[in-house]
Amino acid sequence: MAAVCVYPDMVEVAAPLLAGTGIKVASVATAFPSGRAALDVKLADVKSAVAAGADEVDMVIDRGAFLSGRYGAVYDEIVAVRAACSGAHLKVILETGELGTLDNVRRASWLAMLAGADFIKTSTGKVAPAATLPVTLVMLEAVRDWRVATGGTAGEATAGEGTAGEGTAGGQMVGVKPAGGIRTTKDAIRFIVTVHETAGDDWLSARYFRIGASSLLNDLLMQRDRMATGRYSGADYVTVD
Amino acid sequence: MSELTVASEAGRIAVRKTYKLYIGGAFPRSESGRSYMVSDYSGGFLANAALASRKDARDAVVAARKAFPGWSGATAYNRGQVLYRVAELLEGRRAQFATEVRMATGASPARAATEVDAAIDRWVWYAGWADKIAQVRGSANPVAGPYFNFSVPEPCGVVAVLAPQDSALLGLVSVIAPAVVSGNTCVVVASERRPLPAVTLAEVLATSDVPGGVVNVLTGAVAEISPWLASHMDVNAIDVTGAPGALADDMAVAAAGNLKRVVRLPAGDWEAEPGIERMTSYLETKTVWHPLGN
Amino acid sequence: MRFEYAPAPESRSVVTLRDSYGLFIGGQFVSGSSVFKTISPATEEVLAEVTQAGPEDVDRAVAAARHAYERTWSVMGGRERGKYLFRIARLIQERSRELAVLETLDNGKPIRESRDVDIPLAAAHFFYHAGWADKLSYAGFGPSPRPLGVAGQVIPWNFPLLMLAWKIAPALACGNTVVLKPAETTPLTALLFAEICQQAELPPGVVNIVTGDGATGHALVAHPGIDKVAFTGSTEVGKEIARICAVSGQRVTLELGGKAANIVFDDAPLDQAVEGIINGIFFNQGHVCCAGSRLLVQESVADELLTALKRRMERLRLGDPLDKNTDVGAVNSQAQLERIEAFAATGAEEGAERWSARCPLPDRGFWFPPTVFTGVSQAHRIAQEEIFGPVLSVLTFRTPDEAIVKANNTPYGLSAGVWSEKGSLILSMASRLRAGVVWANTFNRFDPASPFGGYKESGFGREGGRHGLEAYLDIHGTSVLGGSDV
Repeated sequence: MAAVCVYPDMVEVAAPLLAGTGIKVASVATAFPSGRAALDVKLADVKSAVAAGADEVDMVIDRGAFLSGRYGAVYDEIVAVRAACSGAHLKVILETGELGTLDNVRRASWLAMLAGADFIKTSTGKVAPAATLPVTLVMLEAVRDWRVATGGTAGEATAGEGTAGEGTAGGQMVGVKPAGGIRTTKDAIRFIVTVHETAGDDWLSARYFRIGASSLLNDLLMQRDRMATGRYSGADYVTVD
Repeated sequence: MSELTVASEAGRIAVRKTYKLYIGGAFPRSESGRSYMVSDYSGGFLANAALASRKDARDAVVAARKAFPGWSGATAYNRGQVLYRVAELLEGRRAQFATEVRMATGASPARAATEVDAAIDRWVWYAGWADKIAQVRGSANPVAGPYFNFSVPEPCGVVAVLAPQDSALLGLVSVIAPAVVSGNTCVVVASERRPLPAVTLAEVLATSDVPGGVVNVLTGAVAEISPWLASHMDVNAIDVTGAPGALADDMAVAAAGNLKRVVRLPAGDWEAEPGIERMTSYLETKTVWHPLGN
Repeated sequence: MRFEYAPAPESRSVVTLRDSYGLFIGGQFVSGSSVFKTISPATEEVLAEVTQAGPEDVDRAVAAARHAYERTWSVMGGRERGKYLFRIARLIQERSRELAVLETLDNGKPIRESRDVDIPLAAAHFFYHAGWADKLSYAGFGPSPRPLGVAGQVIPWNFPLLMLAWKIAPALACGNTVVLKPAETTPLTALLFAEICQQAELPPGVVNIVTGDGATGHALVAHPGIDKVAFTGSTEVGKEIARICAVSGQRVTLELGGKAANIVFDDAPLDQAVEGIINGIFFNQGHVCCAGSRLLVQESVADELLTALKRRMERLRLGDPLDKNTDVGAVNSQAQLERIEAFAATGAEEGAERWSARCPLPDRGFWFPPTVFTGVSQAHRIAQEEIFGPVLSVLTFRTPDEAIVKANNTPYGLSAGVWSEKGSLILSMASRLRAGVVWANTFNRFDPASPFGGYKESGFGREGGRHGLEAYLDIHGTSVLGGSDV
């Protein structure tokens, strides 16, 4: 597990519990999930989460602005949040379920990366459809191309853990996180294969690719049980929390 | 050439039916892409039925589990009406089923019609049980203390049914209805050599208010599919009627993995009145206590 | 002022123990090839030597039961069978104090429980079933239900005489004969029951008692001369028995493990609920398959309830089981104590917070203090696995739906509890809980007229009431393995 994602007021609860585990505390912020609040409220939201100990901040873009073509406003807001994050990792949620077209997904991905996102994330999980394979494919193509645009080479395996994202000779690597709707092991495998086929194996680490999925774990446990026993398992044999 | 495939009128090419599986209210082909040839009683070609795989069985169990809360939560009156509706729609397709039964078994037209009529009447019989079984099997219990205590029957959950091999329609109905009447959902493995009436019955179910997933029909090799159902940890009971003796033993052993209720009743005469044992085999008894007082 | 209770021990003099006990086969006590000792778990003193029945002894017992079935019991009228059962019920009542003391000595449970619960209920089971013996044709299983034949019955150590009664009374009432194996650690009341059968002049071979360990039990359930297997015990052994019977074709009923949720809503009368929680998990040291071992408490009253619960737990008196003031007796065996201790260690390792009542533990014998774990999540082993000891796992919930999801999220389905003042809520919870027994605003109540048994991996078949008869009747010559009421 890479991170536990909570609302801002729960960061102070989660942080001490996860201290020393290697698991990060991520906090949604910027008036999650709607993103409908004044900029200073959003920035205060971010600052309070970071002050409480959040290692990562998950912001939502202003979809209203984006869809009405005010890309500059979206860009400026991401830059402002980036600054408010201090050292915290910034994930930018595009809420692709509201963007309408794959062209928009590509455009929003590029905008977020230009503005300094460490990660681009499909969804809040509150809007359907959430993480679909085509949308994730487009985002993976975007981060692949961003790496080339920032000086790297497509498919190159030079940038390893801890060196990328910093404008190294390998180019900048931005992470991708499909979130919501990935419930089965089979779904997860499809996404992982898509990462491998599209962005390349450099992305196959918790640093650059994550799956946001609360119900995936039990399916994984049931699949593992089937591999071990040769028979299908059931929901009574995995726990709900 | 059989009547299922020839033209009804001279010169017209018949439109044949594709026989598929019935899972979660939909009619998919086997995920394996396989099929097998189904012959009539004289060895003539009837159709290529889907040869279900273990993954089809798994998908069917998932569908049955998903349908269980809604179906078991419906009122008994409602379930009774839905089962009666199945009889109504079956009645309208008597000729079609009689032809399929005849093709499968070689029975005379009159004999085949009798079997179809018995199958329709069986649905009616079970429809009437839906809101009576609880009174027959439930009780208020006179305990020695200041408590109100009552017992009610409840469905046990997802039932795997290996349908009889011989009686492709009446036998099939006689093993499905007692499972679903009380709120269970089921995965049925149809008669291996005579699967077509089961698929056509699924078409009736799909159009008669039986919620998708309550009955799921698999066609294929019993020996291949049934071990996956017998060992499946999310199946609560199994009827091994359609398995030959040695396989039935193996299924009962595999069923012990999660203590499935195993139903091994003699196939017997499907036209005789069924009795309630098959129905009660899929019931749990729940007993509730509450104190009396001020 | 310091308040103390003076010791109030029940006298042991009512019990006369023999040095050694044989097997009860064909109406006589007979010797076997080897013996083992049975001890008092409260003191570790040796109470008596008991015979370990081998396969040839089981053979003899099954043959005696078969003989009695064919020559006597199945051809005797129901009215006469019933009178024997009434006799047995009366004899248990007459010798109830002796049975209670012996049960407490051999099992370690408080005399208050053996005296007020185990023995009276055992007598009641015989009395209840005695009346069925000549009325089976009215029980709803057809006009002439037949007995099955010889029943092989294996029972656990937690309610030795009561489980014997649950097994033998319906079997005999329905016209079957039995070979019963009591638990290895608690054979003595079954052997005293054999004497009662002699006093009742029950025809020889109708009841046979073979003592021994798991090997004896295996020999019995796998014996080809058995028509019906009845087992109460662990789910693991129950599955093994189900596999044996799957091949042999023997009818089988199984009453197995549980991990009951005891659900307390915020409108429950909390003091009353506390008593129910205490009774649910500390009755019989928690050695109860239907124990309320998972407390699900609504978050808004969790702190208040836990405070009250701990306060009440501090008042539980642990110690000499023969003392009439004792609430919590001895753990039944060293092996069970080790199992409980291992679970308690796991609970702490997995991050739950342990709190135990501050009661001094005696120096000798096997003891574990009443204990609660808080901060437990559904994934903790102490929330999933049956501990079978005085250990309560506490979880919280916010809505009825959450309570249902958590309560049902287990392979078991034996029992559950609901505490609320709202009738509609109680009834909807009762219907949604996947468990064979639901206690609402009470817990751990038993009665011969009340069907008992589990869903899912808690076993199949019911014991008690009209429903329980079906396990011992051949309804129309057909065989159903396991159907819940069969």
